[in-house]
Amino acid sequence: MERILSYVDAIREATDQQMAEDPSVVVFGLDVDDPKAIQGTTRGLAEKYGPERVFGTPLSEEAMTGAAIGMALAGLRPIHIHIRMDFLMLAMNQLVNVAAKSRYMYGGQVHVPMVVRCMIGKSWGQGAQHSQGLHSFFMHVPGLKVVAPTNPYDAKGCLIQAIRDNDPVIYVEHRILHFQKGIVPEERYGIPPGRARVLEEGRDVTLVGISHMLTECLRARCYLETINVHAEVIDPIWLSPLDIETIVKSVKKTGRLCVVDNGWTTCGASAEIVTRVIERLQGEREVVVHRMGYAPATCPPTPSLEDLYYPNARTIASAVYDLVKGGRNHWLPEEREGLQEMEFRGPF
Amino acid sequence: MMSKAIYERFYRSLYRIRRVEEEIARIYPSDKIKSPVHLSIGQEAVSVGVCEALRPDDVVFGTYRSHAYYLAKGGDLKKMLAELYGKATGCAKGKGGSMHLIDAAHGVMGASAVVGTTIPNAVGYAYALRLQRKDSVVVSFFGDGATDEGVFYESLNFAALKQLPIIFICENNFYAIHTHLLSRHKDANLCGRVRAYGIPAEQIDNNDILKINERVKGVVDLLRAKQGGPFFFECLTYRWKEHVGPNDDFHLGYRSYEEARTWVEGDQVRRLAALIAPQSRERIETQVEEEIRAAIVCAEDEPFPEAQELLTDVTGD
Ligand SMILES: Cc1ncc(C[n+]2csc(CCOP(=O)(O)OP(=O)(O)O)c2C)c(N)n1
Ligand SMILES: [Mg+2]
Repeated sequence: MERILSYVDAIREATDQQMAEDPSVVVFGLDVDDPKAIQGTTRGLAEKYGPERVFGTPLSEEAMTGAAIGMALAGLRPIHIHIRMDFLMLAMNQLVNVAAKSRYMYGGQVHVPMVVRCMIGKSWGQGAQHSQGLHSFFMHVPGLKVVAPTNPYDAKGCLIQAIRDNDPVIYVEHRILHFQKGIVPEERYGIPPGRARVLEEGRDVTLVGISHMLTECLRARCYLETINVHAEVIDPIWLSPLDIETIVKSVKKTGRLCVVDNGWTTCGASAEIVTRVIERLQGEREVVVHRMGYAPATCPPTPSLEDLYYPNARTIASAVYDLVKGGRNHWLPEEREGLQEMEFRGPF
Repeated sequence: MMSKAIYERFYRSLYRIRRVEEEIARIYPSDKIKSPVHLSIGQEAVSVGVCEALRPDDVVFGTYRSHAYYLAKGGDLKKMLAELYGKATGCAKGKGGSMHLIDAAHGVMGASAVVGTTIPNAVGYAYALRLQRKDSVVVSFFGDGATDEGVFYESLNFAALKQLPIIFICENNFYAIHTHLLSRHKDANLCGRVRAYGIPAEQIDNNDILKINERVKGVVDLLRAKQGGPFFFECLTYRWKEHVGPNDDFHLGYRSYEEARTWVEGDQVRRLAALIAPQSRERIETQVEEEIRAAIVCAEDEPFPEAQELLTDVTGD
């Protein structure tokens, strides 16, 4: 029997299984043991493993990140949780100057096995400081690994992989992906870096979606099919290290690449992916490219502007159509039943 | 003994804030306000007590729990409601939302959704006022949760070092979301900790608006006279509603209604209502209700921002 779990429960199960297997795994962060239990992802863990291994912390992101590093140096495998990725900005010194650097600058004498779980917010007026996708900041820094699973199966496998990994891993969730449901095996399994996944095959264009934007790309593919454009949709899963080979192979076939990021385009993951593909294929294959992401502005909470701020299935389909046909065609598909984004009702 | 006129002022401000937030809670289920609202119901006395001790040219910095001090300091009600509705006429043109209310013309200098982050901004503002030889003062509002953060202590240290004209107001409602202060600190003697930085500190433990106002006023006078640097007040108070959103949350189990009861019984809105003449009370309430009604109508009728607003204000050019 195939088992269906939510993204939330997949994270909870991965954590539970790794904690059961490995007594060095500890979980902490603001509110991990409170009644809402980080949207349910830590539900029951404090009861099961006790307050020494699962604990809420003071509001002290920098110190607790530094403490996580200390624990990791001593042989623990800390999972430090933040309900918003934006809060990682308070911990940048520890993450960038210490966690990322320790293995190298100490000549391999030490390593820092820790997982930083964080969530990107969206809609319901999350606005300026609760909606940023800052994964590219971390991709920039050697020594950090970055993963952004987009479905429950990967959520579980990537978290197990991240916990087992001997380096610091930034594990990027998205509030809207938390509602995803899908097949999740009961046993433990890891999803290692180096294997981007081709979710749908297609001959006309390669569509790479990051985090929540992957789901928009899958919907865009449905719109494109109606006009006989066939998109190959790829989920990179791990952003650092990035499996560029799978994307290169696809673009070699299609000659067209559109990368849709859940973040800004400038200096972002989309810039990196496009550049690496072109570096590989220049002189060998004519390639046209396009990038989409957040509008180059601060996230506006008002729905009228927020709708324009994010790419969506229809705007992606429209841009891909132009990429395939050339020029500006002003084609925008009619909204179709079953292809809208899931409605999210606040407060959070 | 304060005059009746002052009680009436206080009552008007308290009642207005309470009613605005009750209306927000009433409207909220309609999904017209798509904004994470952090209501101050139960805590209004701190905002009003403090802001009534200030002049229009004094400046406040705050947090996402921003409605009470925004209104108490003179922030525009219509623009606030329009902002919550995401309308173009909002105080931030619909680009800030409930967590980032601002009304610079009335000395409300904005709010952050990231805990603790406006405390050093307030300190810097106070530094500038000193350098500019002005006699305005700055108030920094924050919750007990912010006192966990390192930036709070770093800010205290610099403000003390430079003897800046700033009053730190910690609204201690005992909880950061669902986590009690004593689950986050070994001991709760905040004032003792602050004094160690060389800053006089006082706890006001009963949400008493008159006492808060009197004490803050005394300190404001000292700061204006350039006698003494920063000051810290820990105002104990209590949030009646859930951390974010319009509902009660006693069912969650992290706190009990028993705990809330004394605070609800000590409600300052009711207390002040009893201190003024019934006719004055009726007049004030009628006026405030009319103002709120008009502001809601306005917020509902105003347009959403036009598409070109998306890319304006990113930088100044
Ligand atoms: C730096 C940071 N960490 C965590 C959060 C998540 N968070 C939002 S509100 C809050 C509680 C803050 O409590 P307090 O300062 O006491 O203010 P209150 O909500 O009680 O008014 C937390 C932890 C945040 N917004 N910013
Ligand atoms: Mg609090």
